[in-house]
Amino acid sequence: MSAHRLPSGGLLIDRARPVEFRFNGKPVKGFAGDTLAAALLASGRTLMGRSFKYHRPRGVVAAGVEEPNALMCVGEGPRATPNQRATMVEIAPGMSARSQNHWPSLEWDVGAVNAAIASVAPVFSAGFYYKTFLFPRIAWKHLYEPVIRQSAGLGPAPEGVDPDEYEHLHAFADVLVIGAGMAGLAAARGAAEAGARVIVAEQAPRAGGRLLSESDIEIGGMPGADWAAGEAAALAAMPNVTLLTRCQGAGLYDHGYALLDEEPKEGPSRRLWRVRAKRIVIATGAIERPLAFANNDLPGVMLAAAVRDFLALWAVAPGREIVVFANNDDAYRTALAAHRAGLTVKAVIDCRAEVARAAGIAVRTGMIVAKAKGGKALKSVLVAKRAADGRVAGALEEIGCDVLAMSGGWSPAVHLFSHCGGKLRWDEAQAMFRPAPERGAPTGADGEVNTFVAGAANGLLSTAEGLADALAAGARAASDLGFSAVAAEAPAVAEPGMAPLQPLWFTPSVGKHAHGTKHFLDFQNDVTAADVELAAREGYESVEHAKRYTTLGMATDQGKLSNINGLATLANALAAPIPEVGTTTFRPPWAPLSLGSIAGRDAGTLFKPVRRTPMHDWHEANGADWEPVGEWRRPFTYRRAGESREASVTREVSAVREAAGILDASTLGKLLVTGPDAGRFLDLLYTNMMSTLKPGACRYGLMCNENGFLFDDGVVARLPNGDFLCHTTTGGAERVHGWMEEWLQTEWPELKVYVANLTEQFAQIAVAGPKAREILQPLTAMDLSAAALPFMGIAEGEMAGIPVRLFRISFSGELSYEIAAPAHRGRALWDAIREAGAGQGIQPYGTEALHVLRAEKGFIMIGDETDGTVTPQDLGLSWAVSKKKADFIGKRAQERPFLSHPERERLVGLETLEPGKRLPDGAYAVADPAAKTPEVIGRVTSSYMSPTLGRAIALGLVKRGPERMGEVISFPLEKGEVMKARIVDPVFYDKEGARQNV
Amino acid sequence: MLLITCPHCGVSGEETEFAPGGEAHLKRFGPGSEEGEFAGYLFYRKNPKGPHFERWRHAYGCGKWFHVARDTVTLEIFGAYKATETAPPQEILDRIAARGKA
Repeated sequence: MSAHRLPSGGLLIDRARPVEFRFNGKPVKGFAGDTLAAALLASGRTLMGRSFKYHRPRGVVAAGVEEPNALMCVGEGPRATPNQRATMVEIAPGMSARSQNHWPSLEWDVGAVNAAIASVAPVFSAGFYYKTFLFPRIAWKHLYEPVIRQSAGLGPAPEGVDPDEYEHLHAFADVLVIGAGMAGLAAARGAAEAGARVIVAEQAPRAGGRLLSESDIEIGGMPGADWAAGEAAALAAMPNVTLLTRCQGAGLYDHGYALLDEEPKEGPSRRLWRVRAKRIVIATGAIERPLAFANNDLPGVMLAAAVRDFLALWAVAPGREIVVFANNDDAYRTALAAHRAGLTVKAVIDCRAEVARAAGIAVRTGMIVAKAKGGKALKSVLVAKRAADGRVAGALEEIGCDVLAMSGGWSPAVHLFSHCGGKLRWDEAQAMFRPAPERGAPTGADGEVNTFVAGAANGLLSTAEGLADALAAGARAASDLGFSAVAAEAPAVAEPGMAPLQPLWFTPSVGKHAHGTKHFLDFQNDVTAADVELAAREGYESVEHAKRYTTLGMATDQGKLSNINGLATLANALAAPIPEVGTTTFRPPWAPLSLGSIAGRDAGTLFKPVRRTPMHDWHEANGADWEPVGEWRRPFTYRRAGESREASVTREVSAVREAAGILDASTLGKLLVTGPDAGRFLDLLYTNMMSTLKPGACRYGLMCNENGFLFDDGVVARLPNGDFLCHTTTGGAERVHGWMEEWLQTEWPELKVYVANLTEQFAQIAVAGPKAREILQPLTAMDLSAAALPFMGIAEGEMAGIPVRLFRISFSGELSYEIAAPAHRGRALWDAIREAGAGQGIQPYGTEALHVLRAEKGFIMIGDETDGTVTPQDLGLSWAVSKKKADFIGKRAQERPFLSHPERERLVGLETLEPGKRLPDGAYAVADPAAKTPEVIGRVTSSYMSPTLGRAIALGLVKRGPERMGEVISFPLEKGEVMKARIVDPVFYDKEGARQNV
Repeated sequence: MLLITCPHCGVSGEETEFAPGGEAHLKRFGPGSEEGEFAGYLFYRKNPKGPHFERWRHAYGCGKWFHVARDTVTLEIFGAYKATETAPPQEILDRIAARGKA
């Protein structure tokens, strides 16, 4: 057994179950119940990491969630999880852990040169990244950033896909209690006994909190730890109680919503509890503060309570010779515990002049630790008298030790209370911020206060006061909800009395304290007292500014250890009282969450489910290059073996122009608008007149928003029964449906109209090309002749034995039919048409060919030619904007003079002077490319190589465009290149529309 | 995350079940209206610190639009009522007044 493992004791370990794991590749032995930190300390290791900026050697400071230094990467490969606090990770057989932020090894770290540089030049002082790397500019990209990226940062991200499972669990509670220490147990018991449904979440593996480590507290006549065990067992046995351990209260949100992050022993890797609670009791205890003295970051310098925890919970002695440095009575418990454990307590250094208690241990009052000495581990401390002005007085005395247990007092863990708007006040006597519900507390939907803080988290550090407070909080939570709860009489408590502390925010060292020695406030971010003072001198006087400038309290620490000391140092530098300086805002999460916890099951294919048309599988099997469109996937093109994308698109376009193409158009939105006022309603929604549309006919329609800008288009079909079937863009179906509902419900509720979204009820197939009719006619008894079914006509009947509706509409300028069939028959119809057309050379075509075909015809595409600032008039679509209608959405806006200003950009066609060169999408046209700041006169909205015309074509929006036909304009590109293009009619092909009117 | 009760279907749901729709009780100004009236309708919003009447839709539920009276500071919800109401019901105004925020 290691010299650091005590022969007996250790509340959390099972000595019968040894556990072997690997640390930095070497085997280490511990016991079941050990944390990584406990097992490593027990094995004699104190060096556990390197600091963030200076790469200083660091050991464990705390025993719990607030640990800033001992961050490890746990696990291997895709399961590797970086930045795990060694104090929170329980060891398991075969586990592997690595220290971080060093190269080549933890013991010999090249990055430590940072500290050496920092001692002669202020390269890493507050705001260093705003100052040091400014010049020359080019060096940032090639020198500073790569070097900083290599040496800074915490653990590396894991590689590969995380194979573990994460889950979300929704839960409801009358009362949620966060923390199962003394206060949490008492509050939960009270609420549960009254009959409330209670969830209790405790971040540690066992309930009890500090009672597990303190040996001088008795509750109800039994040791505190036994009382806690009894309470936890009683709670666990109650059917209305869910007691969770290894589960942190991560965040509190509006109206009693809370996130709990559980790391269960069995089941998923993490379970995120999404709890809606009617009342919440925060019983998160308090966190001990470090003291700011020179070199207070040496491995071996620890929080006093953490030393007690390691002794009591894991029977681990962090060292053999201990000095306690404190400004309060609580730390004496550490001296006593160490003494009882057989360690040598060299001295208690107490800054207070008078101390009430002593227990046969050398107590040095009115003294301070001026400096810690050592290399990779603490060797000794220099102590001195503290003068009345707070400075070092008299001679320094060196005391050899390998552990310094420090305590600057306790800060209530008010984080969760602050998450949702709880206000704080400064308690001068206890030198702490504590909840001030009278100034503001989280409330529920009904406006009633729904969150209470109890025990040490509420600023009540004595056991008796905290217990009474917690019982009252539990009773209030239950009685608020109508349960007949009476605050149980608090059991008798026996505990040592505590004299008041004396705030000690900064401990001066030898000489000028700002140079050479570092007083760390934030261990994790390497922020020193001098950094905060510098920030104050440079004008970062607001606590929020100082935090960001110095990085104090950033990263996983989130102010747990550094917050109050940093505020006090800032207040001191500004000569302002602490409450005036205030505190930074605590935000969720309380402790870091795994990204897996946040994602839960919403990962992989479940992250965003794909919508599939009835023909999806056929596309998949036939070489579709997928393109995401909304939640759908549409084939961009169907490539044949050895074919490039460009060649494939060209082939598909040519097939449509020369023979026939078949397109899956099922994704188009299909909204059925029915009812006596449907026509009136659509007249208000579309810019053109829809009520006059005859049954059996189609009309192209535009929709604007109230600002007059075009946002969706599509063909409206008046079905033979008089109903309207409104086609929308693929991505717009849900939006337009919502838009219709909004106007119907909120502005024109008197209209008798019903809208149904039938998008997924119908498969829709476009058959386009000169041979479309001869392919389709043999499949149906319907007369498809131009006389019987003219352009923009509708027919209903059967095709290949499948009930269909035919729309003779065209987005390609060719003879074209769109055929709708019930979704479940869509694939059969698709196959029947393909087979029927095989002899005529029918080919499937994708969205890119569709786009090329429409661009050749100058048809606009929502999202290409429109961007939310374009009107129908800009696009030459005035013919589709009614002049007769008294009102439609967007009409009033379009009356504004600037929307008809002659200088507006309007739609034109563009032909590059070099026919083989395509304009880049989005390229800007300028008046004079040689000008110093060229005036922008237009932009490219769509650009393609046209196989039909054998040249590059583009659509664009150009100022006064239609008036400038034939003009050549310039498009400056990268590296001084300027492309020139001629303004032409946007209809490039078949201007008279002869091809579709056959 | 707010807890909202739909006045149409009566379901109390998470905020994510609903979609916000901005300020309620706006009067629409259409063709023929003054520039100022139209600008007020289209662009100007109250954004108060305190009670606010706003539109919500039970987007992932019954699909209905409705109005909510909500305090933008404390997030208290004073009540919800149908979108066809042109003014907040008196009982909701009374509740707001009782909080001293009329």
